[in-house]
Amino acid sequence: MIHFMLNGEPVSTDVPEDTPLLWVIRDYFNLKGSKFGCGMGLCGACSMQLDGVSTRTCILPVSAVEGRHVTTIEGLGTADNLHPLQKAWVKHSVPQCGYCQSGQLISASALLAQNPNPTEDDIANAMSGNLCRCGTYPRIKDAILDTAAGGVAQWEPPGSDNAPSADSVSDGVAQEKSVAGGEA
Amino acid sequence: MTRSPTLSRRALLRVTAIAGTGFMIGCEDPSVVDDNTNSASDTNTNIDTAPLTFNHFINISTDDTVTVVVKHLDKGQGVTTGLPAIVAEELGARWDQMRWQYSPADSTRYNNLFWGPVQGTGGSSSIANSWKQLRTAGAAAREMIINAAAKEWGVPATEITVSNGKAQHSSGKTASIGELAIAASQITPPTEPKLKLARDFKLIGVNASGKLPRMDSKEKSTGTAQYTIDVKRPNMLSAVMAHPPLFGATVKHVDDTKALQIEGVEHVLTTPRGVAVVAKHHWAALKGREALTIEWDDSAAEKRSSDELTAYLQKVVSEPMTAVREEGDIKKAFNESSKTIEMTFDFPYLAHATMEPMNCVLQLKNGECHIWTGSQVPTLDVGTVAAITGIPPENVHLHVQFAGGSFGRRAVPDSDYVAETAMIAKALGKTNPIKLQWTREDDMLGGRYRPMAHHQFQASLDNKGNLTGWHQRATAQSILRGTPFEAMISGAVDDSLTEGGKQLPYSVPNITVEAAEAEIGVPVLWWRSVGHTFNAYSTEVFLDEIAHASQQDPVELRKKLLTKHPKHKKVLELAADKSNWGSALPSNTARGIALHESFNTVVAQVAEVTLNGDGSYRVNKITCAVDCGIAVTPDVVKAQLEGGIGYGLSATMGEAITLKEGRVEQNNFHTYQPLRINQMPEIDVHIVESNEAPTGVGEPGTPPAGPAVANALRALTGKAITQLPIGPSVTT
Repeated sequence: MIHFMLNGEPVSTDVPEDTPLLWVIRDYFNLKGSKFGCGMGLCGACSMQLDGVSTRTCILPVSAVEGRHVTTIEGLGTADNLHPLQKAWVKHSVPQCGYCQSGQLISASALLAQNPNPTEDDIANAMSGNLCRCGTYPRIKDAILDTAAGGVAQWEPPGSDNAPSADSVSDGVAQEKSVAGGEA
Repeated sequence: MTRSPTLSRRALLRVTAIAGTGFMIGCEDPSVVDDNTNSASDTNTNIDTAPLTFNHFINISTDDTVTVVVKHLDKGQGVTTGLPAIVAEELGARWDQMRWQYSPADSTRYNNLFWGPVQGTGGSSSIANSWKQLRTAGAAAREMIINAAAKEWGVPATEITVSNGKAQHSSGKTASIGELAIAASQITPPTEPKLKLARDFKLIGVNASGKLPRMDSKEKSTGTAQYTIDVKRPNMLSAVMAHPPLFGATVKHVDDTKALQIEGVEHVLTTPRGVAVVAKHHWAALKGREALTIEWDDSAAEKRSSDELTAYLQKVVSEPMTAVREEGDIKKAFNESSKTIEMTFDFPYLAHATMEPMNCVLQLKNGECHIWTGSQVPTLDVGTVAAITGIPPENVHLHVQFAGGSFGRRAVPDSDYVAETAMIAKALGKTNPIKLQWTREDDMLGGRYRPMAHHQFQASLDNKGNLTGWHQRATAQSILRGTPFEAMISGAVDDSLTEGGKQLPYSVPNITVEAAEAEIGVPVLWWRSVGHTFNAYSTEVFLDEIAHASQQDPVELRKKLLTKHPKHKKVLELAADKSNWGSALPSNTARGIALHESFNTVVAQVAEVTLNGDGSYRVNKITCAVDCGIAVTPDVVKAQLEGGIGYGLSATMGEAITLKEGRVEQNNFHTYQPLRINQMPEIDVHIVESNEAPTGVGEPGTPPAGPAVANALRALTGKAITQLPIGPSVTT
């Protein structure tokens, strides 16, 4: 039995010890925000914070997290209580396909926790392990710089009560769409 | 989660456009919606409850939400924002009341109007083919709301307007569109609703008062957006497939003894596409696959290496070809020339390398089939699965999921991984849903590449340095030949070989473009901008060679040759102007320009590149100008250009799939290296103001990026780059 902290809660699992943390989190704990991209630690889609450090979990056996703190995208913020970086991601319309963005946000939040005022080079260095095939890199950089500069602390999504409303622009948060599967 | 839980409890105003002929409105009794809800009640087929003669795009509910039914796949390009924006504009809705949901697969009501009776997303056509359809649907709904209000208030309809989600009368009376939804649904639908004038647009276009943000940013920034990999169904099993190591090889013998001993492995199944391992969890399935011993029959497999294939393509180009464009007399031009310039280009196979490796969830149960996948062509995938399983297409239900990238990869004529999942489910013969998840290696070794290509160019100059002759000869594999889409090949040669080359916009008195298809046993596919990828590169790099040979500025030469294409010229000038073309730069830094039209969108890009002493280089900035007609959601347009440029740079600078004795040499991101954030230049996009109908933006950003960079490097080194990828450094 392996015990660890998952998004601030104590958890345990008895899956085979060599199972990568990514698949344990996705298949057993049913947290699907962390994605599979390469299985070799090369693309960063599976990134989670391990004791605050952005870590590739597709190659990390679950046995390696015994007694440690694991933070996934689900632990970063929620739709109702966004992390400042997530606010910046929405403000700058960063995601395109969105598949890599959980990993991007995990690495970006680890960076800002270590270095609250990163330079563009610091960002390029810290984020170069996270691939994005949609090419959202310029917006990732802008969103991190904006967050570091405090640009999202007071930011309200357009369409909220105090935002200008020339035909009320909003971030379309509460969309309804039919998605099948999930935790059916 | 399922369809909106409130949907069935609301009265619905249905505005339905019958393709090209008119509009019909249906008010549905809410109980009918509930009664008819498909047995897979957590699917999106619930909206598919009205008679088949209806095309459904808009639901307006009494709670004031407006739901747009999206017939296209979102693979990052932002259709779930752009399509609702078109409706919101015509309807007069507020952006915050707009919602969306995916349509079911349906080739009659949700077909791509550019493609005929096929539902599909591709060719940068989602906004373009939906533009009039959704404007008309939105305008029809607006008129019905106005007429309902007129009736209720006893005033002339001409005195009522709809904006900000409200009908307003000149007396000051107002009612929200939700309040009027039930009454409006009783109104006879207009046959020819009047569309807004472009000058009255409030939400869309570059001059719109608000920047419409993407609707899906929050779910894609919190890990809650659902992709195929996230689909989980009761009793679902995980599958992986052992594919043949060579293209065209088949299974000869399987020893599954050890695989079946792995904890969690339940079945090993031989299918026409390989050997499947079905297990309780993905990790167990992978371990099971590693334990298989398979003997393959590679007697019919492609066994050539990349250098042999390059030589083969060169040989094809040396032999007689089919002319696809002939103007003037190319022989005479060369006979009378005072100077000729020649150049050849070699392009490698490219992988799409989407971040989400290919996957599909499929269930066979009670004579029906349910498919969950990010599909670019749902009705094609439904047809393929129907043929494999023997289940009638009407009983095959495809539930579209967000795609973690696609770039063409999820539109496969033989349905590829979707077909594979159906084969596994059929071989299993049980009702368990099957999730097939490819690994990165499966994905990268799986073929369906951008074809290799070889191009040969010759140009003639007269004694004043004028360009008098242009001769292009091109070969590559056909994407369509041998597929169900072969009938789309209109001439003797697949158009993808020369698309963008054949349409060269420059005025040259004598032009010949010729092509011949190559035959190689490596599966190929459309890859973001398809044949434009190599044709933009070869034509624009060759044109710069001509500019240097005739000692002309590359921008000035292009302007001189664009006399018949004012739109191209304007875009070229905008990019040159915004990049400060001609202004001084450090001696190790230069600019390069490229112009290309694809999918009816004209794009020009200026790359600013710095060359280091060791031959390494850095792309500092790309300045991009685009004319895509009206920019429905300008920020999404910019994002698509940014991403398209990144995709083009990535391929040009570092990507190649190569083969050694038939085996693909790259299997993951250490050997196939896409662009990373530290290599990404600053990108500055400028959109030409336009009120013309919108054209595509998903692909057109990609083709000019490579040649713009190569032309900057040409200016720095004096040497054109004719073999891709460029790699990390150039010869100085």
